[in-house]
Amino acid sequence: MRAGEPLMEVRELEKHFPLTRGVLLRRKVGAVKAVDGVSFAVMKGETLGIVGETGCGKSTTARLMMRLLEPTAGTVRFDGNDITHLKGAKLKATRRELQMVFQDPYSSLNPRKTVGAIVAEPFAIHGLHPERAERRKKVRELMDTVGLNPEHYNRYPHEFSGGQRQRIGVARALALGPKLLIADEPVSALDVSIQAQVLNLLRELQREMGLTLVLISHDLSVVRHMCDRVAVMYAGKIVELADNEALYRSPEHPYTKELLAAVPGPRRGQS
Amino acid sequence: MNTDLEPLLRVEDLRVEFPTEDGVVKAVDGISYEVGSGRTLGVVGESGSGKTVAAMTILGLTRAQGARITGRILFAGRDLLSLEEAELRKVRGNEIAMIFQDPPTALHPLYKIGSQLVEAVRAHQEVSKAQARKRTIELLGLVGIPDPDKRVDDYPHEFSGGMRQRAMIAMALANEPKLLIADEPTTALDVTVQAQILALLQRLREELGMAIVIVTHDMGVVAEMADEIAVMYAGRIVEAAATEALLGSPEHPYTWGLLRSIPTLEGPRLERLEPIPGSPPSLIDPPSGCHFHPRCPYAQPEHARIDPELRPIPGPSGEGGHRVACLLEGEVRRRLWSDRSKIGQQAGRMPTQALTAAGLPRAQGAAVSAEPHAVAEPREPMR
Repeated sequence: MRAGEPLMEVRELEKHFPLTRGVLLRRKVGAVKAVDGVSFAVMKGETLGIVGETGCGKSTTARLMMRLLEPTAGTVRFDGNDITHLKGAKLKATRRELQMVFQDPYSSLNPRKTVGAIVAEPFAIHGLHPERAERRKKVRELMDTVGLNPEHYNRYPHEFSGGQRQRIGVARALALGPKLLIADEPVSALDVSIQAQVLNLLRELQREMGLTLVLISHDLSVVRHMCDRVAVMYAGKIVELADNEALYRSPEHPYTKELLAAVPGPRRGQS
Repeated sequence: MNTDLEPLLRVEDLRVEFPTEDGVVKAVDGISYEVGSGRTLGVVGESGSGKTVAAMTILGLTRAQGARITGRILFAGRDLLSLEEAELRKVRGNEIAMIFQDPPTALHPLYKIGSQLVEAVRAHQEVSKAQARKRTIELLGLVGIPDPDKRVDDYPHEFSGGMRQRAMIAMALANEPKLLIADEPTTALDVTVQAQILALLQRLREELGMAIVIVTHDMGVVAEMADEIAVMYAGRIVEAAATEALLGSPEHPYTWGLLRSIPTLEGPRLERLEPIPGSPPSLIDPPSGCHFHPRCPYAQPEHARIDPELRPIPGPSGEGGHRVACLLEGEVRRRLWSDRSKIGQQAGRMPTQALTAAGLPRAQGAAVSAEPHAVAEPREPMR
């Protein structure tokens, strides 16, 4: 893939959730402007970070990019096509190329399915590799790719640790060979000693497979480690978007400065 | 360490075990520490390290769960473990208070903030409702709630997460405790709110001269707050020292792992983080010998047999209270740590070179990692 051209472009994106009153006659009394006019591009092969605090709209933005939600206004272009209002078969076809890794590896895996079945589910949904042996082989390859033992094909999620579960989530997201992977707080539910395993995995996959990665996090240190460019969100808007180095060395927006200054550590303790 | 004759809190060889269907969970396996008035101890560890159970045991909160508790918890000269429940209740919330991780669930949703605080005040002080209410408004002001005389009549859902945590702190402070136990006090909060709460705790410590035990998984939080740090792993303290010593010259490979596996806001960006391989052990059937040996890159075969004690390290820093439970020679450890810091800055590879450089054979076979697939590199691109 060539770098430097946008894979996804988001323009003037808005998502307003209506606030209503009344039981039988629901009246709209206002709206929560979860995402309120956001524009940015994700370049091919890069890692873009979106940071912000609870309620800033970063997860809603991810869901709009995935088209899990339909925006109130604005456009989402993916790989040259406008996907803002796609429906049905066309949307399903686009979703093959857009995948997501979720925050909580404990609740995002079906406890009644084996790992093999979980990782193979995208194939079933999209009717790929109908041959059983073929599907099994693909799943084993995926498990190997994310550093899981392919022999554990028939095990259930509860038999795995948090870090391994998150690997299962990553394997499932990679099954359809996506072009864009959106990871929403992929390590915040994991133990400290395990987080590095998953961050390293995402980074290696991104390098080796030429994936484009959008990383959503509240953790400024994780974003600094992982991302080429960083967007800072506050109250539904992007207040600053800059190259990693520039943002951390000389933040421009007062909110970015406040965020950086708030990270605990010995540095602040001494001041 | 405190130079007074008797520190405010002294925990001696505390053990807490929970009998379960699957076996006995040794949640806390013989820990000792002390905290003096006006000092802050940070207890760091991952989930399942026993840090929360140890903190709750100080207040007697594990008694009802059928725990087997041994050791001593000396608070202002009295052994809390030998107190009757009724006596303990006088200490709890009065001389020792605790704040919990999750402010949304720690307050009753159907009662006004004010009436919950009034209840806390009147539980230990013989005052009229009007006086207690006045004191409550004072407390809310002290923890930085704006317009406390109005907000006192709000319900918890009308408070933001940060304000609820402030209200919890106000409740904990109602009777001016000598010791505050804070269990992950800021983990559920946003980073800017976290900064405010930590600053508040520091201010209150200075103004009221409280001792604080802060329990967290976040090295950044203890680095900022604590005078001393104890690192817990599998129910034990594996390293303890003054904050600067622990962060500046850590001695235990687990502490190194914690410090090196987290991305930071400063210093060069590493190409790779150094994960700690495997995952935290079971407390029912912990690994033999040094509990950390299955995850330790420097483990030698005999480390699976010998159980290390927490001992002062030789030299002046050991006399200053720096203790570690590790079977490696002090000399070797120091060389490994300094090599490791350099290696991390270059490529961040597993430091086997450092090991041979330090004159140790490479660890063999099963001793290296209990879970090779958790550290295996992904091999190939998928397509």
